[in-house]
Amino acid sequence: MTAITLNVIVQGVLTGLVYGLMALGLSVIFGVMRVVNFAHGEFTVIAMYAAFILFEVLHIDPLIALLPIAAVFFGIGYLLQRTLITPFIGRAEHEQFILLVGLATVIVNGILLIFGPDARPINLPYSFDSYTVGSLFIDKVRVLAAIAALAVAAALFLFFRYTRTGTAIRACADNLTGAGVVGLNVKQLYAVTFGLGLACVGAAGTLMATIADASPGLAQAYTLLAFTIVIVGGLGSMVGALVGGILIGVSEALAGFYIQPSMKSMFSFALLIIVLVLRPQGLLGRRL
Amino acid sequence: MSFDHRKLSRRSVLAGTAAGAVLLGAPAIVRAQTKALKIAVLLPQSGYLAQAGQSCHRGALVAPSVLSDFGHQVELIHIDMESNPDVARTQTERAINEGAQCIVGAFDSAGTLAIAQVCEQRQVPLIVNIGAAPQLTEQGYKFLVRNFPTGGMLVKNGLHQIQALIDATKIAPKTAVFLHANDNFGMAQRKGMDALFPTAGLPFKLLESIAYDPKAQDLSVEVTKIRGLNPDLLLVVTRAADAIKLVRDTVRQKFQPMGIISPGAPGLYDEEFYKALGPLADYHIDALPWANPKSKVTQALEAAFKKQQPNYRFAVECFNVGFTFDALLIAADAFKRAGTATGPELMKALMATNLVDHTMIGPPIKFDAKGQNVDIPSGCVQNRAQTPTVVLPAEVATMTPVLPMPPWQGRT
Repeated sequence: MTAITLNVIVQGVLTGLVYGLMALGLSVIFGVMRVVNFAHGEFTVIAMYAAFILFEVLHIDPLIALLPIAAVFFGIGYLLQRTLITPFIGRAEHEQFILLVGLATVIVNGILLIFGPDARPINLPYSFDSYTVGSLFIDKVRVLAAIAALAVAAALFLFFRYTRTGTAIRACADNLTGAGVVGLNVKQLYAVTFGLGLACVGAAGTLMATIADASPGLAQAYTLLAFTIVIVGGLGSMVGALVGGILIGVSEALAGFYIQPSMKSMFSFALLIIVLVLRPQGLLGRRL
Repeated sequence: MSFDHRKLSRRSVLAGTAAGAVLLGAPAIVRAQTKALKIAVLLPQSGYLAQAGQSCHRGALVAPSVLSDFGHQVELIHIDMESNPDVARTQTERAINEGAQCIVGAFDSAGTLAIAQVCEQRQVPLIVNIGAAPQLTEQGYKFLVRNFPTGGMLVKNGLHQIQALIDATKIAPKTAVFLHANDNFGMAQRKGMDALFPTAGLPFKLLESIAYDPKAQDLSVEVTKIRGLNPDLLLVVTRAADAIKLVRDTVRQKFQPMGIISPGAPGLYDEEFYKALGPLADYHIDALPWANPKSKVTQALEAAFKKQQPNYRFAVECFNVGFTFDALLIAADAFKRAGTATGPELMKALMATNLVDHTMIGPPIKFDAKGQNVDIPSGCVQNRAQTPTVVLPAEVATMTPVLPMPPWQGRT
């Protein structure tokens, strides 16, 4: 394997980890509530703009802004679930679909109205830095974003594994009726879950803003990307989302390098089709 | 109310019908005889081409007062075609229904093609301000003129300017890579490059042409690929957002070509590019048509632009503003000579255009039988202190070109 190929793979893995964190939010929400968030990419883009504003106005590094943005997104998710999503739980899937697509449309057009169509870059002091490892050049922002993504994902795993609320949420995912019978407050837990899903999106969007420039046009592409990743990794599987993110990141990077960069998305969709045909539940498809 | 049937003779019915026809036809006659030409300016003010579309739009906003000073009266209808050819088509229909006598637009070739079809059906002249796809003037449209180079012309003129740059700076590049967006404009440029580079006589080898998706969130893979080829020159066809990604990833990967040169494409001279990259935006070169600072029309336009658009720099916007203004000037000039706004007569006057004084560098504006202005030369514009500065041709240059460009290190 040539050094340049290895460089492409490393870049793909690093980008894929941030993709994975973004998809993790979608996977958590679906795994517990069976609600598919079609406004997922739009929330990611809101987080990117939030990171941009905090950097431009208060000069806060996105790696630090990640925590407050994730916290605010948790609150938004919690409220959104209690007010807007709850009435649609258990209703026909197409009704949920229309609700969230409508929400996505409102968000994108709101961003366009407020910020206009121009891409908004965050010019960090280390935006142009890279680490040199032998003959490899690895972007500093990508390395930091990937580490942060892994940290957030690990925190989420620990939360679900070792806290009472996390265990209760897993109980709801495994057996909703049973969870209700033993007295768990399902509505409250669903709101927390949606909040956690959006907190993941908030963190991922903030990290994404260090790699890509915030722009309303990214929203749809991110929604599609998140869906591709969770379907490849397995809907509802947290590890699957991360693995799917890395697979998509690496396959896009390698296809772009060896075939034609403008065709790289084609390969992530090819991977999606192969997984759907051979293993419809996804590579690590299990319930949360 | 009673109705006297005895008074309804055949003669009175005929007279009434004739009077009705006159009344119904009146708006068209009035429309054709108005003192001000009603022009619909269709531009992508939103969507993915919004940045350039809004820049053109600012040129259109400034135009009426400048045209008025030159003795032309125009009434503009500003329409957003949303970077969407379908919207462009329906909005053109609407504009013509609402009385537009001429259309100017639309920055994007795909949108312009959609507009051209409507204009052809409705016999309303279309003046293309910016749009490089060759088919615009190759499909036999009778109601279209274009005062903008085709992709092929842009590349050909751009390659000539690259040779002039090599001569002026005495550099000796051996290899180059051509990187282009895979949109309509980028693919037209690629076609032009494939056809013209082999016979251009340039002293370097084109190693590879790489197409990229303009919606990609970064160009790291593309840059890694280019780094593997290690060319002396990087020839690019980009939009502003992609140009930022390109330079950012080039710096991150410590790839240092002699120069990044665009043979006739936007991106490297946009305000967004300067803001995002600061000193790293300097020394990139665009070989493309540019505003002639010595033209009295350019000077008048610049003065009006500074007054009416104080938040924008004419030096940065003069490509979009200049071509949009010239398109409106062409329309107003033809209207003055035709003395009517009726489609066929206005089109005849447009085809007879011989406009000496205009904004962009070049000889008088004329159109060939296909409606194409075939003589729109390019100049070389290099970013210096984050301002596009004419460095070639020498007779209009304000600075001399610098190549190889200074290293990235020390500029961040």
